[in-house]
Parts: sequence; structure tokens; C-alpha cells
Amino acid sequence: MSKNEKYSHESYLEYQGKYKGIWGWLFSTDHKRIGLLYLYSIAFFFVVAAILGLLIRIELIAPGPTIMDAQTYNGLFTVHGIIMIFIVVIPGLGAVFGNFFLPIMIGAKDVAFPRLNLLSWYIFILGAILAVASQFAGGGAPDTGWTFYVPYSSTSSTNVIFALTAAFILGFSSILTGINFIVTIHRLRAPGMGWFKMPLFPWSLYATAWIQVLATPIVGITLLMVIAERVLQIGFFDPALGGDPLLFQHLFWIYSHPAVYIMILPAMGVVTEIFPTFSQKPVFGYGAIVISSIAIAAVGYFVWGHHMFTTGISYWSRWFFSFLTFIVAIPSAIKVFNWISTMYGGSIDLKTPLLYAISFIFLFMIGGFTGLTLGALATNVHLHDTSFVVAHFHYIIFGGMGFAFFAGIHYWYPKMYGRMYNIKLANIAWGVLFTGFNVLYFPLFIIGIQGMPRRYFDYLEQFHTGHFISTIGAIILIIGIFMMLFNLIYYRHRGAVAPSNPWKGVTLEWQIESPPTHENFEEIPEIKTPPYLFKKES
Amino acid sequence: MENKTHISSYESHGRVLISLLLLTMLSVLVTWMEFGVFTIAVALTVASVKAFIVLTWFMHLKFESNFIRWMVAGVFVLFTLVLIITFIDYFFR
Repeated sequence: MSKNEKYSHESYLEYQGKYKGIWGWLFSTDHKRIGLLYLYSIAFFFVVAAILGLLIRIELIAPGPTIMDAQTYNGLFTVHGIIMIFIVVIPGLGAVFGNFFLPIMIGAKDVAFPRLNLLSWYIFILGAILAVASQFAGGGAPDTGWTFYVPYSSTSSTNVIFALTAAFILGFSSILTGINFIVTIHRLRAPGMGWFKMPLFPWSLYATAWIQVLATPIVGITLLMVIAERVLQIGFFDPALGGDPLLFQHLFWIYSHPAVYIMILPAMGVVTEIFPTFSQKPVFGYGAIVISSIAIAAVGYFVWGHHMFTTGISYWSRWFFSFLTFIVAIPSAIKVFNWISTMYGGSIDLKTPLLYAISFIFLFMIGGFTGLTLGALATNVHLHDTSFVVAHFHYIIFGGMGFAFFAGIHYWYPKMYGRMYNIKLANIAWGVLFTGFNVLYFPLFIIGIQGMPRRYFDYLEQFHTGHFISTIGAIILIIGIFMMLFNLIYYRHRGAVAPSNPWKGVTLEWQIESPPTHENFEEIPEIKTPPYLFKKES
Repeated sequence: MENKTHISSYESHGRVLISLLLLTMLSVLVTWMEFGVFTIAVALTVASVKAFIVLTWFMHLKFESNFIRWMVAGVFVLFTLVLIITFIDYFFR
């Protein structure tokens, strides 16, 4: 099809409901429009936080002050962390692709509670604005790091209360989305779609939603307790007031470790959709992937203490958490085995989504193995609070969730907008991004092992080379990100019209128009076959 | 899906209200007693009984399917496990 042609049907993008123009977006309860509202807001905050990250790296290009003072640096890494974790990474995949594709993939017209869905977005925006405002208001940017560890967070004179309130509000958005997804999956699956005929991305969202609902309230109340401690001087965590700082760490990580799985499970779900499509082969070990998702969600709930090995928690606690940390690696490894086996012997089409998905495996594996290094009690003592940890979690979170997000946007973009992006440019952007990512983060493993502490504004000359290479990597990475964004934004209106099934996928979203109509399906489909049956099998 | 509506009687709501008030008084009373290492266990037991009453009658769990009941039970199991694991630290520190 030529570039100037337009699809003939009326899609959700043109649909005129009760409200027109911008109001048709801000008051829309259509899950697809809400998905895009999340996409644009999360993309905006991602760029803001990525630029903050670049500034952090530029500051660290040489020892001593370079472009900012130490207090500004503390504020920057805190706000970078808060935005990335609470606004981008935790909601990211679920809020954008979950909202857009969950109902379609299970054969529904919308989520179970469309108005609640829109409310979740407004709550999200309120929390996000507050988080960014904390950077500028009154006492200066919060300088506690995104973990808000007490007793410092209960005494710091910066805008900690602002940031805590922001994280508390963002938590509500997450809980409401989780409830919505659970009910949607329970109640709105198409006739014939039993649990084990459901595609694997919805499965991953289901496992994630339970963590969102069960874990998020804990951090919410914990952050409120810190506010109460600061404002009312109630001694929960501050030893000076009779509190216990380790209690804060327990409560914080009871949520924040499962939060890693809130980030990574949907990421695994996205790539699990991509591998069969670009291998034209059913997913290998459907049941094993489902069970491993649930196992990761379940076991991942009980490993929080591995963030606390050096804090003085009991010997038996350390033993227990270390043991479970190693256990959780098993279902993760099962998934990797399944993805590779899905590609094995397949008709591989190395398009951009698959490139991102394969790099997801590569980066996630590095992040996972270094996670085991940190999960082992002896090595943890040496590596705790070094830049090794920074590299590890960026490999997991950015290399995992981030690359899966990029894989997802390149996979579903034709369906979301009805246009194709420039595949050649997308592949080049992937190459730049992948190179920049590794040049940025890999040296941090090495200087971390050598003893470079994390969160330090200044460092010894022996770490200079590592930091210098890392900063060069950051610049390459940012170039890659902007190349990717340019491609996606420029071809949004100028790209060739996308067919309904450009990648020859077999799940339900590929059986409807690109972009989908307002109600997705003219008739709710009846499901008779498993989700990943390709032509030669069916 | 069931379309029946279950409306509890005023009498049963009244009994729940009185139970909750009595248990709240108990929660306050036990703070004056010394239970040593069991202080938290006692407080949590009273709170759990209150939660059970609220879930069962006020939140209509009594009238829901077994599937929903098991899901709620699962949440309690999870909560208990989290507490036990946390206290592996506190008891053996």
C-alpha cells in the first residue's frame, strides 16, 4: 500500500463519542485511548528521567565537581530513581500495553471497569506531577534516593514529604489497575477461552496484577508512616524516637522487591508473544511458561531480605532469603529455555521487535546472573552498595523491562496506529541503543568489583577510566533513544498503511483491523483452539 | 453468573457492630497487659478476628462462591507467611 492511503474503517482514533477533540481523549473510557494516554505520559517522563540520568553520567565523567555540586547530584539521582521506578517502570508495560491489548487478546470489548481505568490514569498523573514538583518546591529536591531509607528520610530537610506523597498516590493507580485486570481476566474472556487457552501476555498481566494488589498497599502505608514520623514525631523507624530502621527496610522491600516482578513479568509476557510470531512456531512449553510466571510472582514475594544482607538482620534470615533468591532463578531460567526453544527450528524473521526481544534475553541473563552473585551471602558483603549493584539492576530493569517495552512498541505499533515505522531506521536505532546500553553499564560492574561505591558524587582516580567509558556509553544510548523516538513519531502519520496482520501473528489482536475499531470486535469471537497455532499446525 | 442479591438482616448487622465494638475495646485493653514476645501476636489475633467478621458479613464473603473464598484465604496465608518470615529476623537477631 502507498504511504498516502488511509485505512477505510473508522478506528478508535477517529471515533467520536460524547466528547470531541482533546476532551474525547481526556474523558475517554476506551481502554485503547487510555493505553495511549499512559504511553504519552510515560514516554514524556521517561525522556525527562533519561536526561537526568545523562546529567548524572556527565557529572561522573571525571573526578571532582564537573557540572553540578554534590547536593544537586543527590537530588538528581533521587528524582531520576523516583520517576523511573514509580512512574515509568512499574506502571509501564501493564498500563500501556496491558490496557491496550489485554481486552483485545482475550476477546473483550473493554476492561471490566472502564471508568475506574480512566480514574487510575488521573491518579497516576497527579502522583507524577507531584513527584516532579518535589524537585523544585520549597526545601529543594529530595536527596534520600528512591528507597527513602530512614532515619535519613525522616530527618532530611529536603522535599521528602512531597516525594513520599507522590509515591503513595502512584501506588493507588497501580492497585486500581491491578484490580481491573484481575476482574477483566476472570469475567471477560471470550467464550471458549479457558485459562489455558489464554495468550501468555494476559497470563503475565494476571500474575502481575495480583502482586500489584497484594504488595502495593504495604509500601503505601509504610510511606505514610514515614510522613507521620516526620510530621507527628511518632517513632516507627527512627531510633532517636524509639523506632526500628530495619522495620522500614523490611516493609519497604516487602513491596519493592515484588515490584521488580511487577516490572519484569509483563516484560516476559511481551517477548513471549514476539518469539512465536517471528519464528512462526507455537510457543515452546506453554504450560511451563504459565506456571513459571505464577512461581516467579509467588516466590518473588518472599525474597525481599536479600536487599538487607549487610544491615544486621539475623543469620537465619539471611540464610533463608539467600536460599529463596536462588530458587526464584529457576522459573526465570525455565522461561529463557522456553524462549530459545521457541526460536529453535523456527522460520526466523529478524525484524526489529525480535532484535529487541533477543537482546532482552541477553541483557536479562547478565542481570540475572549478577543477581545471583548479589544473592550469595559472601559476595554480597563485598559488592553491596557498589556500582556493581547499579549495573545489575539497570541490566534487569532497563535491559529487561526497557528493552521489552521497546520490543512491544515495535511489535504492536502497526496495530495501535495503523501505520508502519521505518524498519531499517528502527534496526539502526536498536544497534545504537544496544551498544550504548552495554558501554554505559558494563564498566560499572568492573569498577563496582574494584570498590566504587554507588551514589557517590566524587571518586578516586583509579575509577576514572570506567566512569569515562560509561559516560560515553550514556551519550550513545541517548542518541539511540532519540533515533528510536524520531522514527516512531515521524512515521506515526507518514508511514505506510499497516495491514491488519503485518507480522503474521496468530493471537486475537492480529485478527482485527489496524487500528482496531472502537469496540474491537463486531462480534465477540468464540475460541476453539489454543492461542499459538500457526498455519502448518492448524 | 449468579444474579441473586443477598441482603443481610439488620439483626445480623447489629450483631457484627456489637462484636466489632467489643473487639475494639479488647484491642485497647490488651495494650495495658504485658505479653512479652507475644504482644504483637495478641494484637494481630484480635485484629484478624475483626477482619474476619468484616469480610464475612459486611463484605458478603459468606454469600460468595468457594472460589472467591479460597482467593481471600490465600491472601491471609500470604500475609501470615510474610509475618513469619519477617519475624525470622526479629526472633533470631
